[in-house]
Amino acid sequence: MEQVNWVYTDKVLEHFMHPKNVLEDEKNYHEDGRGITGNIKCGDQMIVAIKVDKEKGTIADCKWKTFGCASAIASTSVLSEMVKGMKLEDAFKLSPKDINKELGGLPEHKIHCSVLGDKALRAAINDYYERSGLTDKVKREEARVVCNCMNITDHEIEDAVLEGARTFYELQEKTKVSTVCGECKDDVERLLEFYKNKHFCSIEEKPATP
Amino acid sequence: MNPKESKSRQKKRQTREEFMDKRLIYFDNNATTPLHPEVKKEIFEVLDIYGNPSSLHGFGRLARKYVEEAREKVSRFIGAKPEEILFVGSGSEGNNTVLSILNSQCGACEFNACSGKELITTTIEHPCVLEASKCMAERGIKVTYLDVDKDGKVDLDQLKDSITPMTGLVSIMMANNEIGTIQDIKTISRIVHEQGALLHTDAVQAVGKVPVDVNDLGVDFLTLSGHKIYGPKGIGAVYIRKGSPFCPLIRGGHQERGRRAGTENTIGIIALGKAVDMRAIEMKEEEKRLLAMKETLRKGIAEKIPDVLFVGHPTDCLPGTLNVSFEGSEGEAILLYLDLAGIAVSTGSACASGSLDPSHVILATGLPAECAHGSIRISLGRENTIEDIDYMLHVLPGVISRIRDMSTAYVRRQ
Repeated sequence: MEQVNWVYTDKVLEHFMHPKNVLEDEKNYHEDGRGITGNIKCGDQMIVAIKVDKEKGTIADCKWKTFGCASAIASTSVLSEMVKGMKLEDAFKLSPKDINKELGGLPEHKIHCSVLGDKALRAAINDYYERSGLTDKVKREEARVVCNCMNITDHEIEDAVLEGARTFYELQEKTKVSTVCGECKDDVERLLEFYKNKHFCSIEEKPATP
Repeated sequence: MNPKESKSRQKKRQTREEFMDKRLIYFDNNATTPLHPEVKKEIFEVLDIYGNPSSLHGFGRLARKYVEEAREKVSRFIGAKPEEILFVGSGSEGNNTVLSILNSQCGACEFNACSGKELITTTIEHPCVLEASKCMAERGIKVTYLDVDKDGKVDLDQLKDSITPMTGLVSIMMANNEIGTIQDIKTISRIVHEQGALLHTDAVQAVGKVPVDVNDLGVDFLTLSGHKIYGPKGIGAVYIRKGSPFCPLIRGGHQERGRRAGTENTIGIIALGKAVDMRAIEMKEEEKRLLAMKETLRKGIAEKIPDVLFVGHPTDCLPGTLNVSFEGSEGEAILLYLDLAGIAVSTGSACASGSLDPSHVILATGLPAECAHGSIRISLGRENTIEDIDYMLHVLPGVISRIRDMSTAYVRRQ
């Protein structure tokens, strides 16, 4: 049979075939911080555990586990390599876009699979701060209610964009946002553009090379 | 090795080849099937028949002869009369055509409009029926969706309760594409006809795999497709019982006695005729063979891999379809690891669907969403051998174990 390109990039294939830093022995890992995100009902869940070099304030080691697809496996594997030796503050700022770039680009409908890793990492960093009494450093991602009628937050709008909503109408279909009084329409449209830009624009789309 | 190949290229190629056994196994026969060698031969033989079957001259009459012979073959295969067979472009077109008779307001056209205003279908139909039903609902037709039990069998009591004199059409698939469960269409037909409604069955997965006779089943409409039975893509057929209401979906020509406009897909039609002929010869023996292979596979999986769940009816099931869910393992990952080992299956996981929704069929059986995310469908066909099953049983345990080792959702039990 004629060989065709694999479904994702070679970098994804490499990390899918040989995932790095899998948290195999959870009990004996003795991590400094641990974060969990996602839900198996939704089809993906992620645990990230970190060890911290307290002198330098950097991540000394990062391990992970997932109930997830090839993109989730590869993106977290690559993330776990990227963050080693990184300052906690810098690691906290890593975005799915950074991971996606490292992977050579995921198809648009798979981007949402790669956002769990960095979310879990931020949770792990916060957990470390809490465990070591540095509670002033903990940064919570507080959700802001955008649509008062339907009680929809900016986080829900971000999730809907990740799940494929690209227009105001599609957002309404997914979340019911702005379907009652309509006062939040401008705000929602601004957020829609913001999240589209945050997750989907200016990623170098490199097609997989044979 | 190419000396000019760069190191990174070389590494990429090695990664690719590492798990790429030379063996290639196709276990996705419910998605589509390879051409039967006899069908392929037939296609080559008729490729030059280019006449338009509607033309009166010799070229046209020759094409017409072949088309009518194929119609005769297809009708014979399902116990129908030739004039009750309508050739269409796909199973999806066939299903859409049948459902569309319901919102027909064509008092004026030569076809009988369907008087009933309500549609009953099930929650496990193929998306082409579900989406067409949704469209019907938007056009003012009342649609009722019947539930299924844990094995995927339609709730017949619910059918009895739902059906009223207002019901125009009931559409229930004969065999499910994902889990293989076969419905008791004969009993369903009795219930439906007692209330004077019409019955359509989407038999795309059933025809050519299990015996189907339209008179024995008592259906008014039935859809079948060529590429699921070793024929080519782009050809299907609808059985329309003589005297049934009908309304064309595609208008503008007198082809197919005005029931579907568009010049006939002559070669596809001839190939479909050959495909059903071959099924008539091979189906019975193949049914036994596939069933035996599936049992070996099922037993092997149950013995070698802990915490698995088989989905679908244990006996009323397509002979070659096995749907299995692996606890704590995500389906797209299973599919892609198997693909790298040269084995082709499909999955009910959301991540492979493009829509982010897990299999609606598995959810309809009442199983939790994680079962759908962790399910794969193995569908056997005429080209599979017992060696394929052995290879699958050799590869699959390692794949599942590998995924479970990095899973947040699996705890090894002793």
